[in-house]
Amino acid sequence: MKRLLRRQACLLDFTLSSLARRPGKNLGLLLVYGLIVFLLASVMLFTDALRSEARQVLARSPEIILQRVVAGRHALIPAGYLERMGRIRGVTARHGRLWGYFYDPAVQANYTLLVPRNRRIADGEIVVGAGIARTRGLDRGDFLTLRGSDGTARSFRVAERLEGESELVSSDLILLSEADFRAFFGVPEGLYTDLVLTVRNPRELRKVAEKLTLRLPDTRPILRDEILRTYDAIFGWRQGIVFVLLAGAILAFVIFAWDKASGLSAEERREIGILKAVGWETSDVIRMKFWEGAVISLSAFLLGYLAAYAHVFYTSAALFEPVLKGWAVLYPEFRPLPRVDGLQLATLFFFTVFPYTLATIVPIWRAATTDPDQVMR
Amino acid sequence: MLLDPSILALLIVSSMVSLMMSMAAVFGVQVMRHWDIHSGSERQLRLERRTYLISTLVAFSFIAELISLLLYVYNAEQMSGRFVGAMCATGVLNVDPWGWPTLYLKIAIFFAGAAWLTLNRVDNRAPDYPLVRIKYGLLLLILPLVLAESVTQALFFLQMDPDVITSCCGSLFSPEGKGVAAELSGIEPGTAMALLALAGLATLLTGVWYLWRRRGGLAFAVSGLATFLLALVAIVSCIALYIYEHPHHHCPFCILKSGHDFLGYWLYIPLFIATALAMGVGAIAPFARRPSLRQVIPAEGRRFVLLALVFLSLFYLIAGYAIARSSLTMVGVWW
Repeated sequence: MKRLLRRQACLLDFTLSSLARRPGKNLGLLLVYGLIVFLLASVMLFTDALRSEARQVLARSPEIILQRVVAGRHALIPAGYLERMGRIRGVTARHGRLWGYFYDPAVQANYTLLVPRNRRIADGEIVVGAGIARTRGLDRGDFLTLRGSDGTARSFRVAERLEGESELVSSDLILLSEADFRAFFGVPEGLYTDLVLTVRNPRELRKVAEKLTLRLPDTRPILRDEILRTYDAIFGWRQGIVFVLLAGAILAFVIFAWDKASGLSAEERREIGILKAVGWETSDVIRMKFWEGAVISLSAFLLGYLAAYAHVFYTSAALFEPVLKGWAVLYPEFRPLPRVDGLQLATLFFFTVFPYTLATIVPIWRAATTDPDQVMR
Repeated sequence: MLLDPSILALLIVSSMVSLMMSMAAVFGVQVMRHWDIHSGSERQLRLERRTYLISTLVAFSFIAELISLLLYVYNAEQMSGRFVGAMCATGVLNVDPWGWPTLYLKIAIFFAGAAWLTLNRVDNRAPDYPLVRIKYGLLLLILPLVLAESVTQALFFLQMDPDVITSCCGSLFSPEGKGVAAELSGIEPGTAMALLALAGLATLLTGVWYLWRRRGGLAFAVSGLATFLLALVAIVSCIALYIYEHPHHHCPFCILKSGHDFLGYWLYIPLFIATALAMGVGAIAPFARRPSLRQVIPAEGRRFVLLALVFLSLFYLIAGYAIARSSLTMVGVWW
């Protein structure tokens, strides 16, 4: 065992000094390799962060949302539906929600207006999200004037700014009182945007949803799990699409690696010839070349991955945020939570190190089996 | 079909490995037909040179297969959120009929690969390559496994339908159900543990016998394989239950989760390594009488048996620890 380790250590030592003898060529390879790892790792880290963000946001949302559908479109739901659905076993709480969107022509952005249930907001006051506060330059005590659905302008005093843990959702949010909401949008008493139901046991969700569609045929229940599943699939899919698009880059890299490995300089050839002349076996040369590949792969992988980590978690993935997140005027300032897992690393390994190694096996073998007299002559 | 990077990676790996193994198999046929170590012909020289390339390719393929086995299980675990009814890898593997066959094939390839690499290692030590025909003949036997695995895996991912309501470990691994998983769960924990202990003892005895008399490598491999299978049975029927501290949860995958301190990895990794080493000993044992291998095989076999025993005892220790630290008390019910 000890002998084996010492042998490998000697080979590694030789490899490192041989790499250092050709700094230009190896640095170039390292740079391209690292760049590929960086690109792929950035995509993975960023979409995974988005996915966990979505999961975190939805963790506290109600299990079932019930929407009324009229002619295939979402419509306001009467409060009477709460009684009409009757008592459903397994449902621990149910209530109506009031929320809506408002387009503000002044900043050409959409706001989300919501009547919160867990806090009381006085009439004439609002609580605004950080994004709105930034773009409209609002602070506590300022007034925000918006044009209601009846054409009259209404002023609201900003009571507070939301400093959410997840700015991705609260950025464009305005919280206001129920009376203000109804007056602003012209929503009559007794109507809600939708209803929400809390169900304790996740295994009863489907049954509850089934009962709801039977008792209230003009409604559609939306399950939280369904939303989560969709998000999960969509982020995975986007990631996959980007990877497929990057396949060209990976292929180019593979060709580059193949070329680098097979285009041995005369000096390298002579080196291998001398090594074989002094008694190295073909397998020793292959092993040395393997160490060379391992050293380059490991450094490129580490460099690229660390750069991607910094890119995603310190600069909020400045390079491709717009593609993966979507477009909006009110950009949430979004600091993703760092998260690294084995699946990511293994996948990344198969997209970078695996093709690189595969591309270099044949050239390495070819170099290792050349006869010493042929190259030293 | 779901277009996840991990799925793409798995598909790429299996197609690449199939390609490499097909190349190796073509070469294997050439070796079996034309190999003649005493000849100095150009063809023989070419073949000898090419063995380096092919053995490197095959070794690389088997390593890739090993990582892809891990990735496959991990990916299934991760995707459990996507399917209604799935709570861990079991549910995802159940989404369509190809999930489990792919897993079994991957495990089989892993062990076959371990045996082949051991054979290769021993063969390269001898100056006259006495096992070269056998080695490359064996590749022709492994090739169908690899091809089948890449086909079943592709089918598994292509037929995946997120609308399917799958059944997870709770219903699959219950004694009342039907099928192999249910049969495994239905085995009395006492019986399973006794069998596991017996198999372990048999492996230990054959191993010590091999270390002492340099004989009985095949018996060691057979009892190692039996220990592996019985260990899986015991995990499903008893050890996992102690880890979950729940008398009815039999799942062999949930123990891989963080909530159970990743104990599953600690159980599976030593078990798989020990079995792979035992398979290697079994692969080289029949050739111990070849003149050029008389020195090599006993030395290598000894090392492999020792390592296998170390990893196997590690598995037993960890399983014992999992049971000992558990708050589940089944005295009077099971014991």
